[in-house]
Amino acid sequence: MTGAALPRDLRYADADSDQNRGLLNRTWREPPGFWGWLTSVSHASIGKRYIVTAFVFLLLGGLEAGMMRLQLGRPENSILGPDRYNQIFTMHGTTMMFLFAVPVMLGMGLYFVPLMLGTRNVAFPRLNALGYYTYLIGGCLLYAGFLVNSGPDAGWFNYVPLAGPEFSPGKRVDIWAQTITFTEISGLIAAAQIIVTTFKQRAPGMSLNRIPLFVWSMLVMAMMVIFALPAVAVDSGFLAMDRLIDTHFFNPAEGGDALLWQHIFWFFGHPEVYIIFVPALGMVSSLVETFTRRPVFGYPVMVLSLIATGFISFGLWVHHMFATPIPQLGQSFFTAASTLIAIPSGVQIFCWIATIWSGKPRFATPFLFVLGFIFLFMIGGLTGVMVASVPFDLQVHDTYFVVAHLHYVLIGGGVFPLFGAFYYWFPKVTGRMLSERLGKLHFWLMFVGVNLTFFPMHQLGLEGMPRRVYTYLADMGWGPLNLVATLGAVVTVLGIIALLVNVVTSIRKVPDAGDDPWAGSTLEWATSSPPPAFVFENIPIADSRTPLWTSMQELQVVSGLRYDIREVLITSTLDAIPDSRHSEPLPSIWPFLTALAIGVLFIVSIFNPLGTLIGTALAAVGFLGWGLPTQQDLDEEPPVPETR
Amino acid sequence: MKSSGKRWQGDLVAAIQVLMLLATACSRYQSVQNPAGPQAQRLYSLWIFLLIVATLVFVAVISAAFLAVRRASRRPQPLRQDEATHRGLTRIVAAATGMTVVILFSFFIYSLTTGRALASLPAKSALTIHVTGVQWWWDVEYVDTVPSRRVVTANEIHVPVGVPVQIIATAHDVIHSFWVPNLHGKKDLIPGHTTATWFQADTAGLYRGQCAEFCGHQHANMALWVVAEPREAYEKWYAGQLQTPPPPSDSLARAGQDVFLSKSCVMCHNIGGTLAGSHVGPDLTHLASRRSIAAGTLANTRENLQAWIQDPQSIKPGSRMPATSLRPADLKALVAYLERLK
Amino acid sequence: MRRIILAALILLTVVACEREARRFHEDPPPPGGVTLSPLQPGPTVAVSRTNGPYEYNAYAQSEGKVLFNQFNCSGCHAHGGGGMGPPLMDDEWIYGSEPQNIFATIAEGRPNGMPSFRERLSNDQIWRLVAYVRSMSGLLSKDSEPTRDDDMSYRPSEQRTPKAKPKTSFVPSTSEH
Repeated sequence: MTGAALPRDLRYADADSDQNRGLLNRTWREPPGFWGWLTSVSHASIGKRYIVTAFVFLLLGGLEAGMMRLQLGRPENSILGPDRYNQIFTMHGTTMMFLFAVPVMLGMGLYFVPLMLGTRNVAFPRLNALGYYTYLIGGCLLYAGFLVNSGPDAGWFNYVPLAGPEFSPGKRVDIWAQTITFTEISGLIAAAQIIVTTFKQRAPGMSLNRIPLFVWSMLVMAMMVIFALPAVAVDSGFLAMDRLIDTHFFNPAEGGDALLWQHIFWFFGHPEVYIIFVPALGMVSSLVETFTRRPVFGYPVMVLSLIATGFISFGLWVHHMFATPIPQLGQSFFTAASTLIAIPSGVQIFCWIATIWSGKPRFATPFLFVLGFIFLFMIGGLTGVMVASVPFDLQVHDTYFVVAHLHYVLIGGGVFPLFGAFYYWFPKVTGRMLSERLGKLHFWLMFVGVNLTFFPMHQLGLEGMPRRVYTYLADMGWGPLNLVATLGAVVTVLGIIALLVNVVTSIRKVPDAGDDPWAGSTLEWATSSPPPAFVFENIPIADSRTPLWTSMQELQVVSGLRYDIREVLITSTLDAIPDSRHSEPLPSIWPFLTALAIGVLFIVSIFNPLGTLIGTALAAVGFLGWGLPTQQDLDEEPPVPETR
Repeated sequence: MKSSGKRWQGDLVAAIQVLMLLATACSRYQSVQNPAGPQAQRLYSLWIFLLIVATLVFVAVISAAFLAVRRASRRPQPLRQDEATHRGLTRIVAAATGMTVVILFSFFIYSLTTGRALASLPAKSALTIHVTGVQWWWDVEYVDTVPSRRVVTANEIHVPVGVPVQIIATAHDVIHSFWVPNLHGKKDLIPGHTTATWFQADTAGLYRGQCAEFCGHQHANMALWVVAEPREAYEKWYAGQLQTPPPPSDSLARAGQDVFLSKSCVMCHNIGGTLAGSHVGPDLTHLASRRSIAAGTLANTRENLQAWIQDPQSIKPGSRMPATSLRPADLKALVAYLERLK
Repeated sequence: MRRIILAALILLTVVACEREARRFHEDPPPPGGVTLSPLQPGPTVAVSRTNGPYEYNAYAQSEGKVLFNQFNCSGCHAHGGGGMGPPLMDDEWIYGSEPQNIFATIAEGRPNGMPSFRERLSNDQIWRLVAYVRSMSGLLSKDSEPTRDDDMSYRPSEQRTPKAKPKTSFVPSTSEH
């Protein structure tokens, strides 16, 4: 409650604008210092943390990849022995898939979805904070294990029986299993945020058919997360139980089955790669729209393609298991589904090309990354359709051909759009533009580097080089192509260095990017760069898919939300008709404490089943403290019913 | 500015691909691109079909993108978004989608027919071989209804040319994968399951296979050789494998046999006709008839045998063969004995 | 506070490193001068205890279990319950439960049927077996002891076996256990 008088007539008035902003700032600002950091519930702050942490893991995963390439650059090399190599390739896969790719997409969503929707925060801000801390704890657990020679070493996919109690002694695999649990909790929390925010907190007038394509992609991704991530949590739970308390889920001699692991894991694992890919598709749409200066062609078809991709991706998982003794008829179904999923992706590419053709392209760095994406993703997608074929896959499964395919789709289809979006939205987040020169250098180094690294791997796979080998004999003839791949990796690393230099130098510049340096079309450009703590002074109205282009001169806004408590506008699901006002919670330490309790639960239970009891008790205390009504809740009066 | 770069990249990539094909399609003995049997041949044909169609699609789409970029960048401003443009673009996108569906459908059909053809080798005169994947070697057993005609060997399979061979496979410990690319696709060996796969070698030669499912420390060095030879040569080999090795005739080999039976060798290895009967490790009854030792890691020569026996952990760290410290004379005798085991 | 955390981290590092170490190239020497009996003429001289090299090493204990099954120790000892040979998961240790005693048992053999494996197993293999045998009665740290096999469940896993309190009887029993 502030001392200043509340305006009785809450109509938007220019004269009060500064006062309003001042009030809003006081209401929405985060507490200062380390305590402020720990208690923050701002979606922007938490989104940024997700992105920065994920980039740190990208660098670590890249280091691991670099070590692998150094070892494999020459036949019979002795830089890494088998044990160390096995740990490193497992860490590389686990880091990239669980600690980088999914969290960075979620982080981009958590930051930009509220902005694009025209709201001030996500639906459950404190839960959002819990999600981040759980992710951080999981990542730290994995790397702490790695540093003490306890890093998992059975592959990121961790097949039993190799990862089972008999063949993986010690705690390495248990650390993997619990890292998965942490990242899964974090993912589910972030996904819940995105879904509820997208459905209930849109700007008035932003009916479902006016939602930006990036938001659609995040929505589809979040739904996929809800259905896919519990599977891997269950799988890793079964494994943890087998290893700690002698259950027999995967023990054929006592009624279990080694294949059970694979089915459940890949039921998660295949949607997982689309979880990474679908937000990238949304990013490409945003970039294409802005950098061709016209709305993306075929909006309804684009949305349906995203949804179709999300749905179909749940029916593909057996294509990771074509070499197992699953009957051929069943496998053919998955060939059909795996081939089918190329159609929505193809439609999207055609629509983007149509958009480019009918637009006026601007060759800034983000657009270069889009073009690079098209090139690399075409290669990756086409090899993907190849390996969808059961007989062909039986030759290239578990060889470097698949390594090439997956990196083309993940780097080309996932990371390139991510980098493009990074250059695009960096001014919004920091208020400064990234250097175009360094950006172009980054692009070209990465483009050349990725092709040099991964294209030869197609041939290596066809020449019989299996995956996950720490060395190979000299007279296999794989040396030259491996050397090329290693050199390509060096070029890629140079590209990443260019990016880092760009970020470090740009962040020091004067923030002069302005609200809308790219003349964008969506609502995130309707507020300052970086957005203030309250994001939008007044909730904007969306009258089209590209609100900033249709209301060039002045954006209409709604008024009526209070300035002295944290309020957001709830709108109806289909047509975004204003429905009610909702007060958001103040910063709180309880998410952090609860995350620590969850940490105790899962980390101690690696060593002793009692950890589950202790951790649950602590977490219960945390949730209790979280849920207790605060002074704010007690003070709040229902607002004067005057909705417009 | 940007547009020329895209086209050039596409051509370069295609050229590299062709060069690689030419350079490496020659005499590769662990290669998908050097088929030596009907199944591998079908798979290779499927691969070429997929490659050609995919390359054409790639060139088409990238060219379309390049053309779109070039055309659009020459305009002063974006095209007006009217009905005509919209209709035109819709037609093009729909046509491209239609073609995509047709192409993908053709992939699917060809894949299905190939899969069915692969599974339908004539089974009548099939030779049946049991393969068990063990960390980190291959246990091979030729089954026969007459027990005395069973042959047990390790890491090497001989097959007669032109005869379908059925591999019945399982794993002893973790999941392995049996893969001889010149002959057929891979099949996972899963503990608790028995899997079956067929192949047939139509060309005589040596083909190398390798484990293709990550199985622990020495997954990288778990290879095997498939020797396809004419019927007579195969029968000769088989008859040789059925023989029990005679007691060593010369004193050096006799001393070597004593070393074998009194040191750690006897704990794990089986040699027919002797007291060494353990099946923990590979069967060594006819060791000298094999091309390689240590599951395809080393050529079967005197120096390699000595090095392997003395310090296997330097060659395959993590494998279960312990270092055996022998006096030089004992080592020499032992290797001499092993060389007699044809 | 910081020092405690640092100390804990260092301890964790040391313990974790040892638990997870995979030593492929080792050949720890056999223990010297193993005495079988605490009785000594004259004043008692303390018997030095040789620590087994793999007391904390999960990999070695797991490999010891592999060796135990491969070399058919279960043929006489079952999986710790005993049969022709004495049980290994109980408190009774005829020849001593210390690592050097068990090493001597395996290497030298014992009366009434325990073969001598000195020439047949490398020192490293025997030490691994020593570590595994000690784990069978829960004597080692729970973190490193093997857990269940991918096999029929014939006993609680070594990790869940309650810790034995070894008693040593130096009178070799002539009767069957």
